[in-house]
Amino acid sequence: MKEKVISVRKLSKFFGKGFVAVDAISFDVFTGEIFGFLGPNGAGKTTTIKVLTTLLSPSSGDATIFGYSVKNDAAKVRASVGVVPQEFTADEDLTGFDNALLMADLYGIPRKAAKQRIAELMDLVELSSAAKRKVSTYSGGMRRRLELAIGLVNHPKVLFLDEPTLGLDVQTRTAVWNYIKKLKNDYKMTLFMTTHYLEEADSLCDRVAIIDHGKIIKIDSPSDLKASIGGDIIQLAINDKNTDLSNLLKKVKGIKTVKKISDEYRIKVKAAETIAPKLITLISSKGYQVTKLSMTKPTLDEVYLEYTGRSLREEEASAGDMMAQRRTMRLSRS
Amino acid sequence: METSETASEKVLETRLLSRFLRGLWSLTNRDLKKWYLAPTILLISLIQPVVWLGLFGNAFNLGKIFTGTSFNIPGLNIPQSVLNSLGNTLLTNTFGTTSYFSFLAVGMLAFIVLFTSMMSGMSIVWDRRFGFLDKLLTTPVPRGSIVVAKILNGVIRSLAQAVIVLVIAVILGMTLTYVNTWSVIVTFGALFLLGFGMSSLFVLLALHSKDWQSQMAIANLLNLPLLFMSNAFFPVSEMPSWLQAVASVNPVSFAINIGRNALLGIPSSTPIIYDFAYLSIFAVALGAISIILSWKLLKD
Ligand SMILES: Nc1ncnc2c1ncn2[C@@H]1O[C@H](COP(=O)(O)OP(=O)(O)OP(=O)(O)O)[C@@H](O)[C@H]1O
Ligand SMILES: [Mg+2]
Repeated sequence: MKEKVISVRKLSKFFGKGFVAVDAISFDVFTGEIFGFLGPNGAGKTTTIKVLTTLLSPSSGDATIFGYSVKNDAAKVRASVGVVPQEFTADEDLTGFDNALLMADLYGIPRKAAKQRIAELMDLVELSSAAKRKVSTYSGGMRRRLELAIGLVNHPKVLFLDEPTLGLDVQTRTAVWNYIKKLKNDYKMTLFMTTHYLEEADSLCDRVAIIDHGKIIKIDSPSDLKASIGGDIIQLAINDKNTDLSNLLKKVKGIKTVKKISDEYRIKVKAAETIAPKLITLISSKGYQVTKLSMTKPTLDEVYLEYTGRSLREEEASAGDMMAQRRTMRLSRS
Repeated sequence: METSETASEKVLETRLLSRFLRGLWSLTNRDLKKWYLAPTILLISLIQPVVWLGLFGNAFNLGKIFTGTSFNIPGLNIPQSVLNSLGNTLLTNTFGTTSYFSFLAVGMLAFIVLFTSMMSGMSIVWDRRFGFLDKLLTTPVPRGSIVVAKILNGVIRSLAQAVIVLVIAVILGMTLTYVNTWSVIVTFGALFLLGFGMSSLFVLLALHSKDWQSQMAIANLLNLPLLFMSNAFFPVSEMPSWLQAVASVNPVSFAINIGRNALLGIPSSTPIIYDFAYLSIFAVALGAISIILSWKLLKD
């Protein structure tokens, strides 16, 4: 059994008098996995990260990281985790390199080691050539990558990423995904990330927790989540329209239901890509030919819809605007 | 007898101290870097005291009212030189020196310390606004480092700005008869204590208020009365008695008193040592309150 890295027990966070931002959530994150929090705006994702990284103290319940309680051993928690916040928090007036060096100092990393480490990290996020430039001259994507490098400066064993690709273009997003995969594969890091991009949760996370209104609704791997709402669908047709192969097909292992709708078979399976070839071989062995074949995978969006009764798509569409809005809000509030 | 436990505690303590100092050094450096990399801001903050020096110290020179006037009493043809020396005596009696410009210049040193402390204390509001403070708080740096770095930043900036104001004042004609290394050290010692106390106060206020408008309002509400209800422009002895009461407990007056005594040889009504003790208590008390309360404010 894998070792628990993060363990959260009945954790709640209230704001003001009665507002519950995080509502008695419990979950475990195991070593080496990418654990994702998927939820819409205001679900409580950032609040959870802030509690886990000791920025906010829990209103009730507790969480431990490597066995250290965020309530009682905050200093030890801080020393062992890295954080990439949702907002850009680097000092605009300093260079990227100086920002990273300052953080390294605060983690107590010896200067010489720190400089070498930062050079490596800047290389990893492809910021080496911009490292000596003021952060105020960076683009959004560069800032996000700088935040990532800064979050890694203490070589944390667990990294918290709050919406790591919010507001990035497709290319930069893919680049950030690659860094995240690299951290997991090459450095065996445990990652806790939040997102409201379904593709992101789907392609990166080993397990996903769907969170809404501060409550965890479901935790599972993306494929099991999708399977839980019915699995993949294979649609096929054969050259002989008058024969009904339904009963034959039903016997194949992994097939849940088979329906013949006019000329086509609509088959629900657990994993389409492994079943489809078997079906083709079976059908050919009986002397028929497959004339049409298509596979549909349920998306996390459908899962999301199933469990929360709302679609994430609409919210996702305006995420870029939200991001821009949030930054302006932040500036005007100050 | 020492148990092994207390020994290991000691190790932890020294570790904490060295972590504290390292954090303090890096954070202070960060703030100072932002300052000397942006010389315009540095220069802009110098404008006000220098303009005041020029305006009140030279253009509306109070000293001129007493000396160099063409005023005379009809019938008594008093020679100009007698009038002038009479004026000088009056000046010396009022201000303790014949140069109002020099008198004011020392006041302006306290002025720049007051306002630079305020601006530096405010920078923590920005750090919070832009999430930088949150970033600091996720690192294991001792919380005290964050607060003390802000205070230290205010003190260092204040003293540097005060040096510049002093140099400008000297160029513009400040009397240098009494100035020597020792008197400069004494003056800046007093300004250090004033800056430390004021910076502590402003860091604490800044942590309490969550936006800079209210912080600015509070700061001005404090700074201007502190300045005008001090001996920066006029000697306390010339004030109405209620103002005298305020001015004589105002730490700004104490710092200026020390400066005037050291730089201009103006006799102080109280021993300088007493002024220093007062300022030290002010600085230590505000520093301690600020560090302890900030600790709590940084928590949530
Ligand atoms: N300091 C605070 N005081 C009061 N309410 C807060 C505070 N911080 C967060 N909230 C509220 O708690 C709820 C959860 O906020 P949180 O930032 O955790 O959401 P999120 O899931 O990260 O959303 P997003 O996707 O927009 O980042 C929101 O309704 C928010 O308004
Ligand atoms: Mg968030």
